[in-house]
Amino acid sequence: MSATLRPYLSAVRSTLEAAMCLENFSSQVVERHNKPEVEVRTSKELLLNPVVISRNEKEKVLIEASINSVRISISIKQADEIEKILCHKFMRFMMMRAENFVVLRRKPVEGYDISFLITNFHTEAMYKHKLVDFVIHFMEEIDKEISEMKLAVNARARVCAEEFLKRF
Amino acid sequence: MPESLSFGIEPITAHAWNKDRTKLAISPNSPEVHIYHFQRGEWKLEEILKEHDLKVTGIDWAPNTNRIVTCSADRNAYVWTQSEEKKWRPTLVLLRINRAATCVRWSPLENKFAVGSGARLISVCYFEKENDWWVSKHIKKPIRSTVTCLDWHPNDVLLAAGSTDFKVRVFSAYIKEIEERPSSTSWGSKMPLGLMMAEFSNSTNGAGGWVHSVNFSSTGDRVAWVGHDSSISVADASKGMAVSMIRTDFLPFLSCLWVSENRLIAAGHGCCPMLFEVEETGQVQFAGKLDASLKKETSGVSAMKKFQSLDRQARTETNDTSLGTLHQNAITSVCLHTGNKAGATKFSTAGVDGLLAIWDFNNLESAMGGLKFN
Repeated sequence: MSATLRPYLSAVRSTLEAAMCLENFSSQVVERHNKPEVEVRTSKELLLNPVVISRNEKEKVLIEASINSVRISISIKQADEIEKILCHKFMRFMMMRAENFVVLRRKPVEGYDISFLITNFHTEAMYKHKLVDFVIHFMEEIDKEISEMKLAVNARARVCAEEFLKRF
Repeated sequence: MPESLSFGIEPITAHAWNKDRTKLAISPNSPEVHIYHFQRGEWKLEEILKEHDLKVTGIDWAPNTNRIVTCSADRNAYVWTQSEEKKWRPTLVLLRINRAATCVRWSPLENKFAVGSGARLISVCYFEKENDWWVSKHIKKPIRSTVTCLDWHPNDVLLAAGSTDFKVRVFSAYIKEIEERPSSTSWGSKMPLGLMMAEFSNSTNGAGGWVHSVNFSSTGDRVAWVGHDSSISVADASKGMAVSMIRTDFLPFLSCLWVSENRLIAAGHGCCPMLFEVEETGQVQFAGKLDASLKKETSGVSAMKKFQSLDRQARTETNDTSLGTLHQNAITSVCLHTGNKAGATKFSTAGVDGLLAIWDFNNLESAMGGLKFN
């Protein structure tokens, strides 16, 4: 594990713990509505200052909090073309199934690869500290997953190339 | 250990006790209000009050007149009275608001109550005998965002309100139709309805937070509030509105309550009730955590595993599903159980985890060792 990952993750963890202090809040603009304020952005006083935590210029996390919801956007490391394609396809795969992932947002925030939207209904139904764990775990695993896929793609490409070149 | 009652996994949005603490009204994050009755050593569900059609946001039980008032996100409030055959009957209150109601409080004399709402106003409601219904008068200016919390001054006239525009305001809620002219207090002497007696900002140099709870002390000279910037503040009207604020390094508090003239309890997202103390100089000080339940020892965690998880996930344990406190999720409300604001001996906390705990100061004193409550 590299030396910069640990302080990066612990900074994300403490920011998330503070940002995830959510409560139920009915809209003060539209009658009988209850919407995530971080998405509708109708009342300025209900939004908190957004925080960006970055490990380097490629890997960063944007945490936008409000009174009843928090939006976490993650930018994933993409070193080369293959990683870029893999990352894009993988994120698309997950976001098309966003309902099954409960806290996943259907579209990422501009400039980021994937976004989570956690509302007070999620923190009521689930343990808050476990939600934080989930985000941290996701951030760890996604890098590993993509590099594994990259290796698998490379290995497969090699086998294909060998098979193809046998003909000549 | 405090006495704890579990009401399922749904969050408890509000709770209220009757006068002799044998009955309890809670709202399980739904349009219903459940009344529990303490019989033969256990809490039994006695009645379900169904009238609201959106989540109930506030409940208050008037001890002497035995009436319950509830308010909800559907913009209505009902006053429930018990009929001859012990059934609760609702009466609609004309709040005249067009956003969700957020909180409700009976006045100390129980002749009126106040409802805070997302319509950026407070409705002060009283019973009009001629028309036989509850009518309301509005306090509008200068509230600029949702009113999140209310508390009455013991003189039955002044009302403190906290809101999401980072302000705490003390208003006069004097209804001339039903009340005698109030005598002057340390907050001011002339009190027409809606007059703002004092305004305190919960923000300094751009930093600040939404006000989650306000509470008057037993004499009514001090008002305490907690904000989303994890701060707790006390303003003293007898000392020329002097404000003392302390920023803690805990998670934000959602509720605060005076338990004696110089001590108050605050609880919130940290899941642990904390005791604060106001010194002679008027400065607020942190006095101690009240949750003494210790984290259970985990056996068989090797040093290597511990360091690995510390390195990979920035925490010491991987399988810590339960927190080291009694409440497993944020505490949303704190109520007095036994005693009054001048000298409480028991208080209750309810949280998002569906747990209601009753904390006894006599037990806490021995458990905390050295911490004195009076």
